[in-house]
Amino acid sequence: MSGAARITLLHGGLIAALLALHFVLPVYHHGNMARIMVLASYAVGYNIVFGYTGLLSLGHALFFAAGMYGMGLAVQHLGMGPGAALAIGVAAGALIAGALGLLALRTTGVAFMIVTLMFAQAGYLAILYFGDWTRGDEGFVIARASRVLWGIDLSDPGNRYLAAWALFSAALLASLWLVRAPFGRSLIAIRENEARTVMLGYDTFRLKWAAMVVSGTISGAAGAAYALLFGYAGASFAAVEYSILPLLWVLLGGAGTVLGPFVGTLFMFYLIDLSSGITTAYMLIAGVVLVLLTLFAPQGLMGELRRRFWGWLP
Amino acid sequence: MTKDITRRGALGTLAGGAAALPLWARYTHAQTAEPIKIGFQVHRTGIGAAYGRWYDRTTNAAVKLINEGGGINGRMVEMVAEDDGTNPKRGAEVVEKFANQHGCDVAYGTLFSHVVIGSAPRAGELKLPYFVVSEGHHVASGMLNRYTLQPGITDVKSQVLAMAPFVAENLGKKVTMIFADFAFGHNHRDFFTEAIEAQGGEVLAHIAIPPNETSFTRYFPKIPRETEVLYHVMVGPSVLTFVKELGEFFGPSAPALFGFIDSLEAVDIASPGLEFLEGTYFWEGMCRDAQPDETEDEAFYRAAVGVDAHGAAVEDPNDVSTYGHMFGCWITMFAIKAGMEAAGYRGPQDRAALIEAVEALGDMPHSRAYPQGPMRFNGRTHQVFGQQYISRVEDGRLVRVHTTTIDESLYPDKVDYTQQPL
Repeated sequence: MSGAARITLLHGGLIAALLALHFVLPVYHHGNMARIMVLASYAVGYNIVFGYTGLLSLGHALFFAAGMYGMGLAVQHLGMGPGAALAIGVAAGALIAGALGLLALRTTGVAFMIVTLMFAQAGYLAILYFGDWTRGDEGFVIARASRVLWGIDLSDPGNRYLAAWALFSAALLASLWLVRAPFGRSLIAIRENEARTVMLGYDTFRLKWAAMVVSGTISGAAGAAYALLFGYAGASFAAVEYSILPLLWVLLGGAGTVLGPFVGTLFMFYLIDLSSGITTAYMLIAGVVLVLLTLFAPQGLMGELRRRFWGWLP
Repeated sequence: MTKDITRRGALGTLAGGAAALPLWARYTHAQTAEPIKIGFQVHRTGIGAAYGRWYDRTTNAAVKLINEGGGINGRMVEMVAEDDGTNPKRGAEVVEKFANQHGCDVAYGTLFSHVVIGSAPRAGELKLPYFVVSEGHHVASGMLNRYTLQPGITDVKSQVLAMAPFVAENLGKKVTMIFADFAFGHNHRDFFTEAIEAQGGEVLAHIAIPPNETSFTRYFPKIPRETEVLYHVMVGPSVLTFVKELGEFFGPSAPALFGFIDSLEAVDIASPGLEFLEGTYFWEGMCRDAQPDETEDEAFYRAAVGVDAHGAAVEDPNDVSTYGHMFGCWITMFAIKAGMEAAGYRGPQDRAALIEAVEALGDMPHSRAYPQGPMRFNGRTHQVFGQQYISRVEDGRLVRVHTTTIDESLYPDKVDYTQQPL
């Protein structure tokens, strides 16, 4: 079987399997999987900047929140329908990523981490500051009537699952296409050796900026979808924790692998969920497992799979 | 006219039909011999942890008493506790877990308002009655849904409405407010400012302090000189530092102090450095120090939750309770019991009847079940109203000096949840 066929089969297989799970999963896990797919879409967005371009951003919560609030505020204050509000959320993610990229990409390494972190904190504090509009840390509920998109009630568990599946499939396929296209190849070149990429004649600033915009767009879409599907927008999603989480998911699943973000998000979600059933000190269990994984699979689960068995994994 | 079946049309129909298939494994109806399961969304970690511990203890005491009395409708009550990390995302997941994995009959116990607001939409969608003990105005504001109720504790709006006349008449009309800079503090800021203006007073300055702040001295110089009353309401692990630094700043020449007991929950008033609080006033949801006229019902509750006459754990006088709030858990448990008994609750199929029965609770007379005082549940706004207490610090003890009536705490309804479908 050719490499391309194997790649299509694996990624198409995951998408098909997730669709099939809609019909067989018990109701609790069905709900969890919808949530995981939305969060995994966020991780997919993060992976483009971190996994493929090699830029360690600590400010992605800003893009996720931009999507969430872009969507939520448009519904809440402008009285928009969910379709238009969703588009505004996605556009807000793209726009803020573009603006932040222009500033933050002037720095590299640790400075890039700090600049992105500071901007995200500024965004978080802005949400609290404009509490009259955003309802601050308390957040606000997105009414059920505002969650009916093209006649489909997204508060219905079945519709929610399928919407999350559609979002995740789109993000996954876009990411797969992107990293195999010349654009993605040049991002990988930047990750591996930026000086050499510059020497070969690439405008690396422009490429990195484009990667930021793509990543911000996907993250914004995930944030907007989260608000739409689960009916809540709140400042806690803009806090530093939500910049660290996608990093963790991507590292666990395998940075620079297309499937890694999904695997990492799934793993982390159930690690917390299952360990909290065993003890109240569940964060301790989660911490120990993460340390073990870092020791024995430093490239993440899919990264380790690629290193040992599937060298062709994108 | 004939209609051709196209390949695309057929696929569309199939896909639509498949998507509409019922999800596997829905609710399994509870057997009558099984216990009634109450999902307890508890803040074991995160900023709410200090409250969570005492909420836990009060809840367990209420469950013990209910079960000793034969349970609810002849069935024992079983609590299923899950930590939500004081986080709205995890809160929503925990609500799903209660409904879909543990098969709980109702969810209960959330304190912090962002967790309530993050979780309530899911509770409404899952049609899981969700009893919160949060004090926030969000329930009565109409933001939530018919499945979310607050029958055990009054909301901030009603508390400050009842307090404002006392403050204006006895302490002064020029007020400076110091409050925690998050939604709970903003509720105080907005509602008290409105209420004191209605009494002919004014707020000279609003001083918001970020919840993670650890040193407060730099905020105090912002207090205007002509301040007659300093109104403070702080929450979180640094409350003791806040109050101590406030005393150090003012020395003996402080304006009148009026605080919400939130600023000193789980803190011993007689702690060294707090001597300056002598003679100052506090709002209390329920009197921490046993009063000379303590009723038999209050005394019974105090003993049942294991708290001594000074509001500390019986087994450890240094472990001061969150007495001014935790009664909300006790009362909510008994409101659930009353609702389930009135509805003849048997299992999840009776959840709608349970909501209607709680909406019809109305007057909740002072009793062992409702030891805070007489209460009145407003079925339209899903919010309970009750008496409020003002205490003065005397010899390191909180002595009640004023009790407001329920009527003083009422305000016009903003919502009628009973109009929403079940």
